[in-house]
Amino acid sequence: MGFVYKTEEFNKVLEALESKYRIFAPVLKVGEGRFRDTDVIRYDYISRIEDAELEERSDFSFKEILMPLSETMFYFTEDEIKEADYDARPVIVLMRSCDIHAVKRLDQMYTGNGPANDWFYERLRDRVKFALIGCGKACPNSFCVDMGSNKTDEYAFSIDMIDGKVYCDVKDKEMLAAFEGAGGAKDNVEPRFVTEAEFRVERPEEVTVELFKDPMWDEYTKRCVNCGRCNFVCPTCTCFTIQDIFYTDNGRVGERRRVNASCMVDGYTDVAGGLVMRKTNGERMRFKVLHKVYDFRKRFGYDMCVGCGRCDTVCPEYISFANCINKLNARVKEVSANV
Amino acid sequence: MCNCGKNEYTPVPSKLQDIIKHTAQEWTFRFTYVGDVKPGQFFQISIPKVGECPISVSGIGPDYVDLTLRAVGKVTDYLFENFKAGDSLFLRGPYGNGFDVHEFEGGELIIVVGGTAVSPVRGVVQYLCETECAKDVHMIAGFKDPGEIMFKADLKDWAEKIDLTLTVDGAPEGYAGKVGLVTKYIPDIPIRDISKCKAIVVGPPPMIRFSMIELVKRGLSEDNVWISDSRRMSCGIGKCGHCRINDKYVCIDGPVFKFSEHKTLID
Repeated sequence: MGFVYKTEEFNKVLEALESKYRIFAPVLKVGEGRFRDTDVIRYDYISRIEDAELEERSDFSFKEILMPLSETMFYFTEDEIKEADYDARPVIVLMRSCDIHAVKRLDQMYTGNGPANDWFYERLRDRVKFALIGCGKACPNSFCVDMGSNKTDEYAFSIDMIDGKVYCDVKDKEMLAAFEGAGGAKDNVEPRFVTEAEFRVERPEEVTVELFKDPMWDEYTKRCVNCGRCNFVCPTCTCFTIQDIFYTDNGRVGERRRVNASCMVDGYTDVAGGLVMRKTNGERMRFKVLHKVYDFRKRFGYDMCVGCGRCDTVCPEYISFANCINKLNARVKEVSANV
Repeated sequence: MCNCGKNEYTPVPSKLQDIIKHTAQEWTFRFTYVGDVKPGQFFQISIPKVGECPISVSGIGPDYVDLTLRAVGKVTDYLFENFKAGDSLFLRGPYGNGFDVHEFEGGELIIVVGGTAVSPVRGVVQYLCETECAKDVHMIAGFKDPGEIMFKADLKDWAEKIDLTLTVDGAPEGYAGKVGLVTKYIPDIPIRDISKCKAIVVGPPPMIRFSMIELVKRGLSEDNVWISDSRRMSCGIGKCGHCRINDKYVCIDGPVFKFSEHKTLID
């Protein structure tokens, strides 16, 4: 069901929703960027729609709501082991179509890979619903259209802010009362989706073992500085490392936590005794890229990458993921033609 | 509240029944455990405030599992220094596919192992020793030097039941046993029908590589070879990503792989 609101009216919708939900949305943080006098768009809780950044893509994705950068799993006190508490209040997350597609990848990894589900993920996932931010324009470095993530109908409601008016398509029946009581006009509303992204990519269907050792990856050994930013901004990266600590004031008390891990950063493959599986950044790039556009698909039937373009934007060495996919595809064709 | 079922990450208390010291660096810890478990599977030994480490099962008893470890990391060092029989620790698992012992019954089998890699195949050998086909099991076990030989009592016992070749890479003068790499003894294994013969090869990557060259020379099919891989898993349940190789996760799709499949996995 569709509604059109003035901004103030829509804030009444949010106010009504806030009786049950907290609203988590991209927010422009002025002056909080990596460098002096730079801004950053990060997720935060809002009460008014003006506080949300609806035009530009967020620099960091929504995923911290489902997999916090650092998440305490257990507290250890003397002989007692206690599961860490969490905030069980329901949350509505405002996100773009690509990110809603990314949630499917997170669900796949944490609740659809192997016999056991991830208990800590499930309990956070259970309390979250998604609202769609319509896309009026393609994001910088995006290639969502070719990754098939530019459109979705999996949302509780949609938000398109056009000329000061908020257009909503509401699918979640439980939330309908909040929308009906805010005074907006009923109308047929379709959320906006882009049909042309900034970049086109062509993915290889089959990647043979020879490509794993191909010299095409050497370029990234030279360029990449393995800072891992691409992993941390990626809405589909799910890796983590479990770490134990004890408190220096009292060694009888400590905790076990998991922190986001990066397959580009040193230490990811270290095993006891000193063996390291992938030493060069080119090998690490190959490991990451093939996971996103090949290995994951081989296992689950669809690609992991959603083409949001965040990794391109954040890379300090201007490495383009979209370019890399196209280079890989060209190389696959070249190699198979020479066989 | 979330109705999420069992939390697989929760460490389960387990009493240490015994510690068997093979060498200064390699000990077997006997943990109390009752439940399903197969040779080749692994457990996460969990020490609150220190960490967890994945260790493969080296022995299975009615109320225990043996985990053999080398003191080379934070968790293993801590274990060696701080625990004795009777102490209580934590485990979670078992994880991974493990060996299907029935796969190797009733035919000729070659086993090539190096060092601590005896652990994952020990249960397989123990099982086959009690079957009628024990005589068709040809095992080559290699260790660095005589001082590094592990599971001595087992090796003595097995030598009476299966065709066992025990060798060391190098030894001081006057050493009575066999000397040389495991690959040296592969050409001499008596096999009646190599086309149906199966093999288990577990050890350091170079040992596996060169053993495979020798085995293939003998005419063994790569489809008939099983290996066991290892990575440093954080979760053990296919979530943390550390053990992924191509589209496979060592912790849930392995650690036991057919060689023909494993050779297409590139780290």
